[in-house]
Amino acid sequence: MHMADALLSPAVGATMWAGSIAAIGYSSKKLKDNIDHKTIPLMGVMGAFIFAAQMINFTIPGTGSSGHLGGGMILAILLGPYAAFIVMASVLIVQALFFADGGLLALGCNIWNLGIYPCFIAYPLLYKPIAGNGHHLRRTSIAAVFGVILALQLGAFSVVLETLFSGKSELPFRSFLLLMQPIHLAIGLVEGIVTAGIVSYVQKARPELLEADSWSRPPDAGVSLKKILIVFAVSAVMTGGALSWFASTHPDGLEWSIEKITGKGELAGEKNGVTRSLQELQEKTAVLPDYNFKSDPKEKAEEQTAPSWPGIEAGTSLSGLVGGAIVLIMIFCVAFGIRLTRKKKT
Amino acid sequence: MSHHIVEFKNVFFSYPDKTEALRDVSFRITHGESVGIIGANGAGKSTLLMHLNGYLMPSSGTINIGDLYLTRQTRQDIRKKVGIVFQNPDDQLFMPTVYEDVAFGPLNLGIDDSMVKQRVEYALNLVNCLDLQNKPPHHLSCGQKSAVAIAAVMAMEPDILAMDEPAANLDPRSRRLLINLLKSFNHSKIIASHDLDLILDVCRRCIIIKNGSVVADGQALEILSDRTLLEENNLELPLSLQKS
Amino acid sequence: MTFDEKYYNIGFLDQLSYKKTFVHGLDARTKLIVTLLFLFTVISFSKYEITALLPFFLYPVLLLTLGDIPPGFILKKVALVSPFAVFIGIFNPILDSTQVTVFNGFAVSAGWISFFSIMLKFMLTVSAALLLVATTSFPGVCHASRQMGIPSLFVSQLLFLYRYIFVLMEETMRMVRARDMRTFDGRGKGLRVFVRIIGILFLRTVERAERVYYAMLSRGFQGDMPILKSAHIKPADIAFALSMGVFLFVCRFYRVPEILGRFAQEVFS
Repeated sequence: MHMADALLSPAVGATMWAGSIAAIGYSSKKLKDNIDHKTIPLMGVMGAFIFAAQMINFTIPGTGSSGHLGGGMILAILLGPYAAFIVMASVLIVQALFFADGGLLALGCNIWNLGIYPCFIAYPLLYKPIAGNGHHLRRTSIAAVFGVILALQLGAFSVVLETLFSGKSELPFRSFLLLMQPIHLAIGLVEGIVTAGIVSYVQKARPELLEADSWSRPPDAGVSLKKILIVFAVSAVMTGGALSWFASTHPDGLEWSIEKITGKGELAGEKNGVTRSLQELQEKTAVLPDYNFKSDPKEKAEEQTAPSWPGIEAGTSLSGLVGGAIVLIMIFCVAFGIRLTRKKKT
Repeated sequence: MSHHIVEFKNVFFSYPDKTEALRDVSFRITHGESVGIIGANGAGKSTLLMHLNGYLMPSSGTINIGDLYLTRQTRQDIRKKVGIVFQNPDDQLFMPTVYEDVAFGPLNLGIDDSMVKQRVEYALNLVNCLDLQNKPPHHLSCGQKSAVAIAAVMAMEPDILAMDEPAANLDPRSRRLLINLLKSFNHSKIIASHDLDLILDVCRRCIIIKNGSVVADGQALEILSDRTLLEENNLELPLSLQKS
Repeated sequence: MTFDEKYYNIGFLDQLSYKKTFVHGLDARTKLIVTLLFLFTVISFSKYEITALLPFFLYPVLLLTLGDIPPGFILKKVALVSPFAVFIGIFNPILDSTQVTVFNGFAVSAGWISFFSIMLKFMLTVSAALLLVATTSFPGVCHASRQMGIPSLFVSQLLFLYRYIFVLMEETMRMVRARDMRTFDGRGKGLRVFVRIIGILFLRTVERAERVYYAMLSRGFQGDMPILKSAHIKPADIAFALSMGVFLFVCRFYRVPEILGRFAQEVFS
């Protein structure tokens, strides 16, 4: 599932963007040094293919509902992890811009969730070791299914975390988790089967495309285990570190965070803790630290006052509403005026 | 003026899977000649064309293009002399706008931006597509795409123009425009096509390829009036020569 | 949306992006930066903010009208992607029922307020993103990104992707149509056929990529994509950027609707 701008906070959005851009830069550099020239048009055309393929619906056996392909894993198998990541990022960018699928700021999250996990974690750590050189159909199928399931589980979990840390949704962590993970387990199963099917088809039709030294693989085919462990460790630290921040300020850990999100009474004081943690996070990772600082005290003040006191600063006081109506009318007049002048011109 | 000579001498070529595609192909095309290459499907026409700019290298024999023998080292220079236009314009217009597509070749030649602009405008004017320059290729019609594909090659100012099925996707009017355009070029022209009437109209000379070998090489009018010869090669008389 | 609908949808937005209006003529970098600032500002509001978000609608409305984009089209697209936001957002009123007095004794649960806030932010961010492409063209956005530091290799292949999306969608559409014409009662639309179609399309894609590469080689490609020099920033760009910047700043840090509202109340009382 894609993350949306409306549920995102600037801190989380900026963090994920930073991560995704770093990954894009790193992959680009890796490819540039090792690649065959053929690969640039190949990646672009392959991206267009994935994009088009994602638009085909197929019925899922047994359920009658329809599904569609994600693509990260099949790309990794066919192009190698770096090229696959770049292609996935590109496809997501086009979807964000043309379909408004997930916003532009949430794009950073989506590139990470749908690109990093299949290409840099599931593929090298799960698929490659099981499937080996891809000659045994059963092995590749099992590897594909498990790889895709892992990638989607990690992706779904990340969406939950990103929503949680953004603090715009009231959805409790546990409930959201229980919602997302099983759904993506089912989706992962289907996509894994589809991936395995495609791999076996290509294996029969043009097996040389799957060979380790085909056009798009860097000579050191596959990513070194050390680097993968680093990526894994970083991901683990990010998620673990963030969670432990919560834990350190509130010994109850997850229970506390659930209570906090469902808006129970003891909110005011605890919110201070949350915003303090978020502020620390923003300090360390923000792209525009000054900007975040300015908005932060405002956020703190509003969140403090909102649930506890009447006549709040949510702008829902009478003057706010009246002014809001005036603003909307003004905007409408501007629009109308512009259209009139355009019509007169043509 | 030996710059524009194309000479194949005893060229053999086999694909990696061992199929022999060209067998002992020899011919000589001089400056300004217009030659049609015809033959059945799979005879080897496209393979032959792919040797003209070194995309494929002969397994044995020599290819001489404008004073340069074709080798891995001379390939790049040969590509400056030979412009090839392929069957499917979508495969050749790969940049986001027409201007960028036509500028691609000159930019790769190292020409500076202002000269590039001149070349692009010249080439687009040649095919009457100057007003399309800021459009993306997928907004063009088939005929327009074919025209722009030609412009993209012409912008490099090649000495020799080779084309593979140039009129395949064109409607009658676009096809006629293309024929008139080709007739106006003074370059050496090598055109592979099934459209025998086009060949008759544009080319003075004609070569028939069968199973990778040259089975006929002579005046286009002679060859294209020889019904028996044509039918032996899965072809037939051009429509304009058939009895009505 | 069916495949056909999606195809025409993208095609329509793509057509819009090549119009010639004042907004389309602005430098792509300007629009990209302003849009990103806009998005950032909007989502930086707290989760209970409503009226302060309203002035922000000016930006998409301006782009829409000056850029000659049919508003119905944008609204339809926003509506189409809204289910996800609604689905997640609707839990807010369900779970957060602390009562909050809006004004004069009229009380509403805070959950509804945050839900509404989410929906407003959603409409603003989605329309701004769509209008970016609608007024700039996808290649424009790509070139702007490259100038701002995104790796060249990435941008080049992104441009190829864009170029071939329509070609590949047409190819895919033909196969899907062929499939659909021969399926009855949903039989034949299952996984097996899907995998077959994808497999064939994949191989065709590889072959096409090889032909494109051949065409590039034939025109002198030696490994680096040539880049045309970009246009200069014009005074109009600077004016646009500055005025938008001021607008965003003012609307973010001053409660414009409340100021206007109080002013109106004073005038009329």
